[in-house]
Amino acid sequence: MTTELKQKEDVKPELTAAEHPATKYLREERLPHIWCSGCGLGSAVTSLTNAYEKLGIPVDDIGVVSGIGCAGRAAGYFETDSYHTTHGRAIPFATGLKLSNPKMNVTVFSGDGDLFAIGGNHFIHAARRNVDMTVICVNNYNFGMTGGQFGPTTPRGATATTSPYGNYENPFNLPDLAASAGAIYVARWTTVHARRIQKAMEEALSKKGFSFVEILSPCPTGYGRKNQLGEGIDELKSYQDRAVIKHGSDPNEAEIERDPEAEIVVGKFVDIDRPTYCEVADDYLQGK
Amino acid sequence: MSDRAILTGKHFMNGDEACAEGALAAGCRFFAGYPITPQSEIAERMSKRMPEVGGRFIQMEDELSSIAAVLGGSWGGSRSMTATSGPGFSLMMENIGLGMMTETPCVIANIQRGSPSTGLPTAVGQGDMMQAQWGSHGDYGVIAYAPTSPQEMFDFTVKAFNKAEQYMMPVFVMADEKIGHMRERVEIDESKVDIYPRRKPEVDPDEFKPYKPDEDLVPHMASAGEGYRVHVTGLTHNEQGYPQLDVKTQQEKVGRLIDKVEKNKDDIVEIEKIGVEDAEVLIVSYGMAFRTAMGAYKRAREKGIKVGIVRLVTVWPFPEDEIKELSKQVKGIVVPEINLGQMVREVERASAGNAEVKLVPHPGGGLHEPEQILESLEALL
Repeated sequence: MTTELKQKEDVKPELTAAEHPATKYLREERLPHIWCSGCGLGSAVTSLTNAYEKLGIPVDDIGVVSGIGCAGRAAGYFETDSYHTTHGRAIPFATGLKLSNPKMNVTVFSGDGDLFAIGGNHFIHAARRNVDMTVICVNNYNFGMTGGQFGPTTPRGATATTSPYGNYENPFNLPDLAASAGAIYVARWTTVHARRIQKAMEEALSKKGFSFVEILSPCPTGYGRKNQLGEGIDELKSYQDRAVIKHGSDPNEAEIERDPEAEIVVGKFVDIDRPTYCEVADDYLQGK
Repeated sequence: MSDRAILTGKHFMNGDEACAEGALAAGCRFFAGYPITPQSEIAERMSKRMPEVGGRFIQMEDELSSIAAVLGGSWGGSRSMTATSGPGFSLMMENIGLGMMTETPCVIANIQRGSPSTGLPTAVGQGDMMQAQWGSHGDYGVIAYAPTSPQEMFDFTVKAFNKAEQYMMPVFVMADEKIGHMRERVEIDESKVDIYPRRKPEVDPDEFKPYKPDEDLVPHMASAGEGYRVHVTGLTHNEQGYPQLDVKTQQEKVGRLIDKVEKNKDDIVEIEKIGVEDAEVLIVSYGMAFRTAMGAYKRAREKGIKVGIVRLVTVWPFPEDEIKELSKQVKGIVVPEINLGQMVREVERASAGNAEVKLVPHPGGGLHEPEQILESLEALL
């Protein structure tokens, strides 16, 4: 190619999927993805690929593990070693993967129902042990894949297909749960905060130990529709209005209300260091 | 204890301990489990021995996570196992299905106890035999061994690991409380321990298809971090490992999960035949019940009864061709089991009316008296 021709092309860049910076980490032949228009999962995946790229983690050292549900399908799009496991068991599968093959940088990417309803027990125990992995929870406040039933993060009073009279259960406050259980890094952002999500993911991936990033996402087909929140873009706008950044604040005060005017606390709640499960184990087992 | 993985020598140990030693000898370097009677000695032995041989032991929060961690451990590149008993076996069923669907080599030892539910936690049972074949939803082939002594707990655990790698699937060691807690001489000889190596990819990553089978219907496995960037899913998937949700793919995939066991039965099925040449009646038995059956066999022979025994080394896949042939030779078959009738159904099916088949049941919690089996034999003559 002559310099002249190249310059000509540079003037008129043609953006194709093949040129997308995330391509390196994605199975192009699997795209387009299955997610609904307006869903935040695509943004979360992009942030993660950008974080991998920024950190320069070798692709062959990355293991992505998902459970079941909309977010659970994410593993299928990563061109890394990727594991789409059973409902709720992504974290224990990832625990085995990490302990068996410590060089792997293990990311669990799943949803609120998968990680905190059926898989809740595994979350708190992996955090307690401080197994070295990054858990990314895309929270859309409901079970999207199965048709919009209420779940462990559905705000009190919100409507879902199995809470037609309003949800009368108390939701989990995920950053508070993660911090209480022993996570060494805890952050929450919304899909409006694309760059901050990426930064949080970079920090979480870089830390040794159990890191947790919650990403609040629109679900215009499920939760949004049932609660008259409009299109995905409207939910994003709502996040923009409601989100208040409070780094270092008490995660106990980060509960999410159904009230569309109520503030949503986002930011980095926890960023501490403590030895990982394997580090402590190896210390005890030295010379055995 | 020792930094040697294979403890060559003569030992006095119980079946659970022998199971753990068999696993280590077979190259197991990842164990995830949850305490449950009567398997706890396996986990206890592993917690002590695994660090000695450079492996990893983890006590998980339940059996759901134990089996999930074992599958992750196997994909991480380690030979992996868990051990449990009835209630834990029930909890593991969903991820046993994931292991079958994703063709993940691993070993699950089930030290059976009186059941259902909490049942008789400290006492013998053989009530999970059908669950081993049919416990997880859907169709898949199964390989399950039934040891009858601590020595066989060692030997069959080695076999289980090798078959798990050879056929890329979870394999069961279906023992019971009596075998697990029985203490006997166990001889270990490193020179006799053969290891079936992991079926690594034989082509470059660009060409590799994780679910493209060889002629023996079994694919190859790329562990995490080896550069093959595999996708592994419990969804119905094509040879590339990608979800493909249609009937044709379902037929190919699930059909192969059955065929890779069925069409390799000559390699997998193992039975022991004792005195069948002139037999007019037959005992078919396995596990702890087989030891009692041997007592009945000896007494029957002393009384001049022409009896033979088929002992199932592999209970699954069931040796139906062998039982069918023998059923043509004998007047009747008795099947002593420490349950209220499980493998007897397979014996009935295989003998297809050629011989009368009689269950000798015993509930969990105890063993048959040899006389019970003897009386059943005499009744058939």
